Amino acid sequence: MSYNSIVLVKQVPDTANISGQVMKDDGTVNRAKLPAIFNFEDRVALEFALQIKDRFGGKVTAITMGPPRASDILRECLYMGADDAYLISDRKFAGADTLATSYVLSEAIKKIGNYDLIFGGRQAIDGDTAQVGPQTAEKLHIPQITYAQEIISLENGKVRIRRKIEGGYEILESPLPALITVIKDAADPRPFKARRVMAYKNAKTLMELEKLTESNSLLYIDQLVNEYTTKNLYIRTLTMDELQLDAARCGVHGSPTKVHKVESVVLSSSGHQAIPPTKEGMSKLIDELMHDHILG
Amino acid sequence: MPNFFTDNHDLLNKFETLDLREIVALCENQYSQADEFPDAPHNYEDAMENYRKILEITGDIAGNYIAPRAASVDEEGAVFQDGKVTYAKGTREALDMLSKAELMGMIIPREYGGLNFPNTIYMMATEIISRADASMMNIFGLQDIGKTIAQFANATQKQEFLPDFATGKYTGAMALTEPDAGSDLQAVKLHAYQDEKGNWFLRGVKRFITNGNGEVLLVLARTEAGSKDARGLSMLACYGDETIKIRRIEHKLGIHGSPTCELQFNDTPAQLIGERRFGLLKYVIYLMNRARVGVSAQSIGIMQAAYEEALKYAKAREQFGKAIYNLPVISNMLIDMKVTIEAYRTLFYNACLWLDRKEFYELEVEKAKLAKKPNPEMNEKFKEANRVLTVLTPISKYLLSEASNKVTYDSMQIHGGTGYMKEFSIERLYRDARITNIYEGTSQMQIVGAAGSVINDALANYFNMWEMKQYKGTLTNLVESLKEIRVLFEESLRYVKEKKDVSYQDIASKDLVDMYSSIYVGYLLLDEANEDQRKIFIARRYVLDALAKARKAQETIKSELYSDVIHSESILL
Repeated sequence: MSYNSIVLVKQVPDTANISGQVMKDDGTVNRAKLPAIFNFEDRVALEFALQIKDRFGGKVTAITMGPPRASDILRECLYMGADDAYLISDRKFAGADTLATSYVLSEAIKKIGNYDLIFGGRQAIDGDTAQVGPQTAEKLHIPQITYAQEIISLENGKVRIRRKIEGGYEILESPLPALITVIKDAADPRPFKARRVMAYKNAKTLMELEKLTESNSLLYIDQLVNEYTTKNLYIRTLTMDELQLDAARCGVHGSPTKVHKVESVVLSSSGHQAIPPTKEGMSKLIDELMHDHILG
Repeated sequence: MPNFFTDNHDLLNKFETLDLREIVALCENQYSQADEFPDAPHNYEDAMENYRKILEITGDIAGNYIAPRAASVDEEGAVFQDGKVTYAKGTREALDMLSKAELMGMIIPREYGGLNFPNTIYMMATEIISRADASMMNIFGLQDIGKTIAQFANATQKQEFLPDFATGKYTGAMALTEPDAGSDLQAVKLHAYQDEKGNWFLRGVKRFITNGNGEVLLVLARTEAGSKDARGLSMLACYGDETIKIRRIEHKLGIHGSPTCELQFNDTPAQLIGERRFGLLKYVIYLMNRARVGVSAQSIGIMQAAYEEALKYAKAREQFGKAIYNLPVISNMLIDMKVTIEAYRTLFYNACLWLDRKEFYELEVEKAKLAKKPNPEMNEKFKEANRVLTVLTPISKYLLSEASNKVTYDSMQIHGGTGYMKEFSIERLYRDARITNIYEGTSQMQIVGAAGSVINDALANYFNMWEMKQYKGTLTNLVESLKEIRVLFEESLRYVKEKKDVSYQDIASKDLVDMYSSIYVGYLLLDEANEDQRKIFIARRYVLDALAKARKAQETIKSELYSDVIHSESILL
């Protein structure tokens, strides 16, 4: 029995390597100043999908919603072993929050179809919301298991997963299809495979092919798409029109989340108090912590 | 996130400036596989982009995965228990990562699942891996076993062995050395015999076998009973199965991750590779010359790591109110190290280029022969490449491995007392470097290997050509210095020849080889400095130092310093 997986991946700013001028004066992120990388937990998610392919067979499809340059990580998915990759991109998707993003993703997944499992990283390091996976599952009306650490079994149309919870783990079973988000230490993502890198380094999305036609009037986009498809180098590209989406639910218009203000919070202590190691001291401490809603 | 390819400006510079156009076209058979294999390049630029991307992956794995494991690999080492060898955990993990990245078959032909890269690129990868963990190179570098099989085995054998080498499932070993046959391999005794059906079996003992626990071994064995010399030896391949008893592994000063085995072959089934009697004369010479190039890459990788450690430490360590980096004595030592590394990296990749030329020209010559369309021009090119390589292989191995010892020594010196302790990696690098000028032929053997060509002035045409060339600005002064070294060399050589004293000539060979090679390296550096302003610093220090050393060497030879060896019995009490 083989299983087809779709993996949700995202290109994110490399927040571990922040230099100056990253924040604009208005508190938004100046993405041009940040190197873009493959969100690590999404690489782990892809590793999960590839391990299932290694064990049971099936197909792995990576999809991302993002600007044209997100094609970088789709090529990287192909380098790792994904069979197929889709870029979901449109100017009208810009400014999307998790609600709008999960709407677009779920519609794209419906269009791609034919899946048993959907994997994603627990969260992306830019927004840190951990909402896109769960919201996508909701919109597809399929079960979800978040914070996955290990796939314990996959048989008889059911997946059994060990998921991390506070202070330990729990084991859940779900019918297929299901959406699973994974945590970063769940697996070591495999490296890029040399032969795949050489084979797919010239894989291109629709926007990248359009760029080629802009600089060369002898090229026609349909021809190029055909040519790249024949060579297995076309990264399929889905736009809003192609997905027949409701414009009011996409991008900034479909996003109720509004960033009011961004500020840098520095936590500092303003003093200290000594608590005697006595019964009374301890109960006073506990009372105080409960009062501050740190305990209880 | 250090990437050991992209963070190394000098290696990148080599990658970008080396002209591999002719080599790659031959290696890719004029790009004829592009339609058949999606990973095959369409043209030179495409191939170079492939190489760059794969070296970037190698650099990433080396810097971020292998290097952080090097200390624990050294500490844990390969372990021998109940007749079995187990790699250190870090070694296993690193090998697994390299295999998954499909980097274990870089030089294996594409049709067997390899990357089909030229040697020069493979050697860059070897340098990068060695910088991360010198002992990992001893396994990574054994891709040469697969390459040797690809070169000389028959089609059935290639199909049997190569695909599993390419995926990293098989690692190899070359089983040459025996207790009484080290530098003198003609004395190999391990016996190979045939049963009535013609199947080969091996019986005997091999010692000091790097990765002797590997899955496939190439064994030098005596197939001609009663013979005593090299002409009775053949090369056979066998699996590392239960008929081979691993008797022990050595406890070594360094490269702990690499198991060095003593093997007992008990009627081990084997296959003859190539023709009988050519084992040492053709195949093992081929394999050993490649292994020497590999050890040169290992030497330079270790040097690079030692230099990085010294530089980092010198900038961080404060004494007398400032970082010791700012003390002229220390910065001078660092410059010496850097000049040594860059000068010898230049020599090394030049040698790699000649290795590629030699191997690919040879294939063309053989193809022409088979097609009965002799190609005299290619024949000449092959002969010339072979001639040059005969000098450059031993010279590189000698100079780079000695330099690796010197650079790690100086790096430890810059670390001071701290460097002598286990906390810093320099003591490991220092121990790892120590084997490089011993194995695959000691420095003394390399000098013997180079001496013949040096005495015959084998590179004269190149020197003449360089002497005629116009160099920019102050570089002309350096050309004069190199011309002077050449005169000093010629005078010394004449002196030694006229003495007609074989032992004096043997001893003076080291000085002669030193002088001669410095002329070659010097001109390579001048060529670089002619194009790249910064390289003038490298060329200047290298050439001026070489001139001073050449003056001393000439004086030493003419002063009869070495004539007291005939009195050695009186001196060596």
